[in-house]
Formats: sequence, C-alpha cells, structure tokens
Amino acid sequence: MKKKKFQFSKFYLALVTLITYLPIVIVVIFSFNDSKLPVSWKGFTWKWYEELLHDAALKEALVNSLILGAASCAAAAVIGTLGAIGMARVHYKSKGMMEYLSTIPIMVPEIILGMVFMAFFSLLNLPFGMVTLVIAHTAFCIPYVFMMVKSRLVGIDKSLEEAARDLGASPARTFLDITLPLIMPAVVSGCLLSFAMSFDDVVISIFVNGPRISTLSIKVYTQLKTGVTPEINALCTIILVVVIAVMLLTCFVKSRTSKRYK
Amino acid sequence: MKKKNLWWVCIVPLYLFTLLFVLGPMIYMVAVSFATNNGDGYGFHWIFTLDNYRKMLDPVYLQCFRQSFQLAISTTLLVVLIGYPYGYFMAKLSARGKKIMMFLIMVPFWTSSLIRLYGWIIILQVKGVLNTVLKALGLIEKPLKILYSYPAVLIGMVYALLPFMILAVYSSVEKMDWGLVEAARDLGASPRKAFLTVTLKLTLPGLLSGVILTFVPSMGLFFIADILGGNKIVLVGSLIQDQLTRGSNWPFAAALAVILTIMTSLMIFLYRKITHVKDLEGIF
Repeated sequence: MKKKKFQFSKFYLALVTLITYLPIVIVVIFSFNDSKLPVSWKGFTWKWYEELLHDAALKEALVNSLILGAASCAAAAVIGTLGAIGMARVHYKSKGMMEYLSTIPIMVPEIILGMVFMAFFSLLNLPFGMVTLVIAHTAFCIPYVFMMVKSRLVGIDKSLEEAARDLGASPARTFLDITLPLIMPAVVSGCLLSFAMSFDDVVISIFVNGPRISTLSIKVYTQLKTGVTPEINALCTIILVVVIAVMLLTCFVKSRTSKRYK
Repeated sequence: MKKKNLWWVCIVPLYLFTLLFVLGPMIYMVAVSFATNNGDGYGFHWIFTLDNYRKMLDPVYLQCFRQSFQLAISTTLLVVLIGYPYGYFMAKLSARGKKIMMFLIMVPFWTSSLIRLYGWIIILQVKGVLNTVLKALGLIEKPLKILYSYPAVLIGMVYALLPFMILAVYSSVEKMDWGLVEAARDLGASPRKAFLTVTLKLTLPGLLSGVILTFVPSMGLFFIADILGGNKIVLVGSLIQDQLTRGSNWPFAAALAVILTIMTSLMIFLYRKITHVKDLEGIF
C-alpha cells in the first residue's frame, strides 16, 4: 500500500515536469526545421544557426539584455543586501512601513510598475534608454535580494557573531568574517533570481525602453505578434544549452567543494 | 550603555531608491489619475476631476475587470491544485531526487517565458503538434481550436506561474517538522485527518505566499492573453496598455492602475489577516 502511493508521487512529478518541458523541447526541435513556418517537419538543417551569426539586430538585443541584467542585478545586490542588514540591526517605528514600501515592486502587477515608471521618467525628462531600463529593473530586483538576505539573516545563529565579538573582533571585522560569508549564499541566489527576472522581463521593459533600444525579450515579443523567425528558436536553443551547462557546472563545483570540507 | 548605532548607514541607499523610484512614481500615478485628459490625444491638464474613475463604471470596463478577476482566480486555483502536490511530493524525495527536481525546475526559469509561450503556440495551433497527435491516434476527427481561446490563455498563465507555487510549497514542506504529523497519526488521526489538520496548516504560509505570487502577477500578465488569446480576452492589463499607447489617455490609465493596485493590495491584506486569525485558532 505504502509503496504504491510513493510510486504515484513519482509518476505525478514526472508527468508535470514532462509537460513543462514540452514547449521547450518543441522549440528546440523546430530550430532545426528546414521551413520558415512551425507547422510541419521539412527536414534537418543548421541554416537558422548560420543566419543567427549574421543577424546584427538580434545580437545587439542579446548584448543589451545581458548588460541590463548584469547592471540591475549588481545594483540590486548592493542596495538590497545592505538594506536587509541595516533593517535587521536598526529599530525604529516606521520600519514595517518601509519594509512594505521596498517590496512594492513585486507586490503590484508588473504592468502597473511599467506604466508608473514610464509616466515618472517622462516627468523627470529622463531620456528613455539603457538608464531608464536599469533603474526600472533595479527596482524590481531589489525585493528579491532583500527578502532572500533578510530571511537568511533571521536563520543565522546569533552566537557565532557574539563569539567573534567576545574574542575581540571589531564590529566591522565580525561582519566581514562571520556575517558576510553566512549570508553570501542568499546574496548569490537573490542575484541569480534577479538576473533571470530581468533577462526575462518584457512587460516593464516595453514601457521604459524608448524607441532605439531593444532587449531580447522585447524582440521576441514583437516577433510573436508579427511572425516569429526560426532564428529566435535557434538563439533560445543556444541559451538553453549554455544555461544547462552553467548549472551543471555549478552543481559539480558545489559537490566538489562540499566533499573537500568533509 | 546606549551606543550610537551606525548600521542605519546601510539602509540609506534602500531608502533613497525606494522613496525616489518606488514611492515617488506611485504618488505621481495617483495624482495623474485625478487630472483631466486633453481631448485631442496627447497630454493632460492639472485640473482636478473624478471623471477617470467614473468612466470605469461603464459596463465595458466593468466587464474587463470581471474577466481579469475570473482569469486570475481560475489561474490561481489551478496552480494550487497542480503545484501543491508537486511541491509536497518533491519535498518527500531523497536528497538526490530533490537536487534533480530543483535542477529541472530551474532550467525553464532561465529560458525566456515568451519563447516557451511560442512553444505552446506551435503545440496548440490548428495544424499544430497536439492536433496532429490526437488525429493520428484517432481521438478526434476535426482539429481542436484551442489557440486564441480562453483555455489557451489559461494554459499559458498556469504554465508561467506554476514554478512560483511549487517553490513556495516545497520550501515550507521541507521545513516542516514531520514529527508533528507522526504524533497526530500516533494519536489516532487518519492520514487524511493528519494531513488536513497538521500538514496543511503548517504549510499554509508557503501555500499562501504561492497564492500571492500567482494571483498578483496574473492580474497584470497582459501579454499572455494577448499572444495566446488573440484579441478576444481584454484584461485590465491590456486595457491599461492600450490607454497608454494607442488611446494616449494617461489619466484614465492611471485611474485603472490605481484601482488595480488597491484591489491587489486589498486581497493580499485580507488574505494575510484571514490566515493569521486561523493560525491563532490553530494554536489555541
């Protein structure tokens, strides 16, 4: 009886996972399809990958997305981490309010954030482009880092910091040697999540990107409305391969280092 | 005893950024929502009016709000139904199994959600993969017209938001003290009763945050309805976008946004309040 139930859970996990991978697999398959239309299989080809190499606009969009993701995730990492640390150590009345305010960007639907930024940036006369994109993306990346670091700080064993202080370390030293290494995993995962969110965002970007700059997501979005070229399939297949490779590598490195500690 | 606390320096950047780029724009939006729109397209005057809010009572717009809520609620329900067992089962796997599943969940996270939508288009279109397979199996005679319909939008929404629920549920089930479930079982509770009174209650925070992470974005994900629904389903999100770009009626768009913000915040607030009360009942 018990064994049967266990099997069902595995079956369920496999089934749902399979369905989530279905569209991805389809896109990968059709990136090798020798036809412009994604309807029937016309034979194997590399030609979309070759065309990708010559598509300057698509490459530029990819570079823009990478720069945007890196810049906003770095800014969010600094602001969010410092904020979470400060909030844990400073106590005052309106703190709850402030915490609520700083997580607003992920508490309201994206479209509202997008329109609000668009209106506000045109009020400030900021030229729409990379700067406005970075500000907007930083705004919705901060809460991810902030919340992750905050929950990590709650889980930290206070006696470690106290021990360091008792042994004569200055507050700054204690922070650098004890607290920072302990919260580092949260900072890193907050960063990764922010980067992924920024790289994928289309709703907010569409409002603040301006006429001249385009990110990969915006490019895909416009193509989805007008007609998708198979090059996009090819590009996404490449990104997918890179992502899987990087993730496998981090897993590998992690297991290696944890073995060494043992 | 009282030493000067220098840690407040840390929160200065967060404060500045939040005040300037979160609170500032929000206040501006509220202000614009009371401004008067120029009749001839661009711009607005700073003349106070409630017209933008009155306009929303038009049945066309009310219908739009109703549709958005319906879609958000059905999306959330489906995501809970599919995501909760998934997160729960996943947390019960071996350490190795958990690692593999985590990996499998994170990979789609890193691929463009738009491209995955495109994958769904290929699958669902009239001459698409699904119809071809179903036909080959002899299950249908005429191709199903799923794309550009309500079910297609629902599939897209559930698909896009499911991972958030799974991760939220997973982390709360992971943290759960199984000893409590065992205790309930030892004291004679049936597996079902133990699940409903212990497991479900303990994992409620995870489920709750999953619901928030699903419900709130689903009010705004206009592009899924746009791409998978054709133009048949107009959500508040698409309406706002339309008013901003083609209609260029900023005050009305702002008013719509204000109402949407209030609604979503209210739901979050209520939900927290309600479960908080329940939580206390569970303790006492």
